[in-house]
Amino acid sequence: MNCEELLAMLNEYVDGGVDPGVCEQFEHHLAGCNPCQVVVDNIRQTITLYKEGEPYELPRPFRNRLHAALRAKWREQQAS
Amino acid sequence: MSGLRAVQPRTPRLFPVTPSVSIRWAMAEERPDSELVRLAKAGDLSAFEGLAMRHERRIYTVARRITGNEQDAEDVTQQALLSALEHLDGFREEASFATWVLRVATHAALKVIRKRQGLPTVSLEANTEAQEGYDTVPHPEYIADWKESPTELVGRHETARLIDEALNELDEKHRVIFLLRDVEGWSVRDTAEALGLSEANVKVRLLRARLQLRERLTREFGDPARRFEPHRHE
Repeated sequence: MNCEELLAMLNEYVDGGVDPGVCEQFEHHLAGCNPCQVVVDNIRQTITLYKEGEPYELPRPFRNRLHAALRAKWREQQAS
Repeated sequence: MSGLRAVQPRTPRLFPVTPSVSIRWAMAEERPDSELVRLAKAGDLSAFEGLAMRHERRIYTVARRITGNEQDAEDVTQQALLSALEHLDGFREEASFATWVLRVATHAALKVIRKRQGLPTVSLEANTEAQEGYDTVPHPEYIADWKESPTELVGRHETARLIDEALNELDEKHRVIFLLRDVEGWSVRDTAEALGLSEANVKVRLLRARLQLRERLTREFGDPARRFEPHRHE
């Protein structure tokens, strides 16, 4: 496996969807190729950063409107 | 299961909406979603508000990231929670409440994007580009170990700003797939079905998105002292 072939298999490797034989070739390549190893690490770090990022706060005026709308809808449903 | 880390319940002090909301939240705060769902189905509004407060930030975040627009994110968030309220009796709890309501929100956000078709935006639909194959995937250029781990970076305001900037630099069609797959944790099949794409398209677009984000973030977070020149083995 060369760097080009590794790049094409990158998703499957990172997601754990490569069959064991290909996985072995992938890891054999990584063991001898620092740039590819670092790219794989960087991709994993990138995904982690987005997955674990703090969610946005709701703008307060919107939050007040949202909860007022939920209460109104609730009352409407209870009444019907 | 969805990607963003579960939002921990906060004290009312952090969300001073109205006293009544705060009191309701305090009552709901310690209870698991499943119990709040049961109480809400039995007619307890405070239980439903507890669920809304627990999950509204994640809903708003996914909506804002997909639509790339605050106003649309507000509309989607409200629509998703109203829909959840309306259809709560039919919620069979085969998935968690969070998964259910985030799916509703995500589909609503995708609908907003589809409505933009005809406006100057990138189509999410069929592959009309020549450059969709793996052979044209851009190669990594700036390769370096990061100076800090994601755990160290994640809580900083500056990090939040940089990752938002990088995400917004992606084409819509790449951004949405990255968000569905890597942040929301959707399968390739579900992502393909929701977007009307082939699974092969989803995979190659995801690779492009990941590589572009990696390149951008490594230029920000990479350590120049631990940089590697890209090379190819023949």
